Amino acid sequence: MYTIGADIGSVAVKVVLSKDGEWIDGLIAPTGWSPKSSGAEAIAAILDKNGLSRAQISRVVATGYGRNSVDCDERITEITCHAKGARRLFEGSGIRFVLDIGGQDSKAISLDEKYNVSDFLMNDKCAAGTGRFLQNMAVMLGCELKDFSLLPSDIEPHAISSMCTVFAESEVVGLLAQGVDKRALMLGILDSVASRAEGMLRRVGFSAQSGASGVAFTGGASRSRNLVALIERRLGVPLRACEKSQYAGALGAAETA
Amino acid sequence: MTDIESIFETMRNALSAGPVRIKEAVDEGRKIVGCYCAYTPYEVIRATGAIPVTLCSTSDKPIAAGEEHLPRNLCPLIKSSYGFALTDTCPYFHFCSIVIGETTCDGKKKMYELLNRLRPTHVMQLPQTYATESIALWKAEIERLARRLETELGVTITESDLKREISKRNTERRVMGDFYALSTLNPAPLSGLELNLVNEFFKVSFGDEKALELVRELTKALRENYEEGERRVAPRKRIIVTGCPTGKSLEKVFNAIEENGGTIVAFENCGGIKPNYELVDETRPPYDALAEKYLGIPCSCMSPNNKRLDLLEKLVADYHADGVVDIILQACHTYNVETFLVRERLKIPYIAVETDYYQSDVEQLSTRMGAFIEMMN
Ligand code: SF4
Ligand code: SF4
Repeated sequence: MYTIGADIGSVAVKVVLSKDGEWIDGLIAPTGWSPKSSGAEAIAAILDKNGLSRAQISRVVATGYGRNSVDCDERITEITCHAKGARRLFEGSGIRFVLDIGGQDSKAISLDEKYNVSDFLMNDKCAAGTGRFLQNMAVMLGCELKDFSLLPSDIEPHAISSMCTVFAESEVVGLLAQGVDKRALMLGILDSVASRAEGMLRRVGFSAQSGASGVAFTGGASRSRNLVALIERRLGVPLRACEKSQYAGALGAAETA
Repeated sequence: MTDIESIFETMRNALSAGPVRIKEAVDEGRKIVGCYCAYTPYEVIRATGAIPVTLCSTSDKPIAAGEEHLPRNLCPLIKSSYGFALTDTCPYFHFCSIVIGETTCDGKKKMYELLNRLRPTHVMQLPQTYATESIALWKAEIERLARRLETELGVTITESDLKREISKRNTERRVMGDFYALSTLNPAPLSGLELNLVNEFFKVSFGDEKALELVRELTKALRENYEEGERRVAPRKRIIVTGCPTGKSLEKVFNAIEENGGTIVAFENCGGIKPNYELVDETRPPYDALAEKYLGIPCSCMSPNNKRLDLLEKLVADYHADGVVDIILQACHTYNVETFLVRERLKIPYIAVETDYYQSDVEQLSTRMGAFIEMMN
């Protein structure tokens, strides 16, 4: 039985094809201006790539902020899907918390022993602590998003005090003018995202004890090993991320299909 | 079976007819007294022959105007109330001869100082804890209100006037209580949106016997139809809404709950159960009884406010609730701080949502409420 999970995020569409609950294929495409057409195209593309037709898929489940704009059998929120996806990706690790940092939003989820959501917190109103904040900072510093993953680990981050994107920009300009090392500033920017993430996790019940078995880290930002290290330093427990972390929402959707 | 829809339709029409009815009352020589808060003792106002009305405070439209005098990071309810008055767009404010305010939260009491420049505003000094000495203070404040109204409106309030109005208001509370109790049935006989409609209707009933009779009729019809097997609402997760006062602009939260698998079975907020679940003791001297009843309203401006936690706990049991949604208006510190205690006390899923009167977060609310209800499955 084939199922498809489609996570229509604000920046990227993630689609997962699975068969009897097993991962078959995954695909990521930019969302662009129309979540409706990019969602439909991504689903068509993964079908095409695997030589399948829509009729052979028993269920398509959509999640993410654009879930209401695509044609599907069921819509489930990204909170539930991320929890299910994280369970699939890190099953057996005993994780009780999921941290997701995406393009426009971030979320912290706490799970019970059966990996069901027991509490969650979302930040989707302000750019701080999300991928968009990093994107803005990258543009301002004249570098690319991927450069935020290639920083040396032996430099101490230079603290950025402004949480708001607008204020942080002028703060960074000022610090650059004072001659602060650009790499230390980039680490400082990442650490401000890490600090937000830590705050959210603690508010859903994270502590060194309750989170001892680690925190699943999903979403696009989980690809930055510098960010991973900074969050781990704050939490004092390992973060669990893998190359499929970005697919957590789509995987969770495919799972419930 | 009785046609429930036609009763709701009558109520809907009454909402828009409210201002005209007040204008007619004014033309007939009645005085209008503007109110904002559940602590205002309606009985005292009615004993003067005047009509207490709830002033507009739940639309985002006048907020920009309000912000010309008030800081932006203030609760939208306060900015909206003041903005309505400033722009003269609340028909009830337009017709009222005096406004009654209370020193509930900081924002409101300071706003009343400005409001007083637009219309005489009598501010009652509300003690913020429920204790014997506080009740005595509050009784003195209620008496001071009575004297002010007597001077302002040129009437005398007699004890029998007060007793009559106390008994009448108690009847209103009982009728609303019976109506609310319908939603303890499982599945609920009506939706939260309909429940809210009846609350709004009650607000503009202005003590009218016929309006009260309509609520009685609705309660009876809903119960009878239910017993005959009518199910107007599918079984869904049962949600209690609590927190800041709600209104038109916050219907977005009710929609988000009811479009994502939930049914609101009770509104604990002002405008719902909170101000109406306790009666004024008719066997006690009127001012004492009024002071005890009104100071006992469990608003977050009380400290401590354990009574609200007790009330919520009881409602959760009585209404067989699956979850509680706490609505926090932006910059409402008292309700916001209290979320910690509410979460701790309740043994069922709980979520606090911070929002304002603008409709820009409709999608986010839908995701939050959707995830909250999925969490219960
Ligand atoms: S919540 Fe408190 S301040 Fe607001 S209307 Fe109710 S009693 Fe008054
Ligand atoms: S909602 Fe909170 S801040 Fe706003 S008027 Fe009521 S108590 Fe004050």
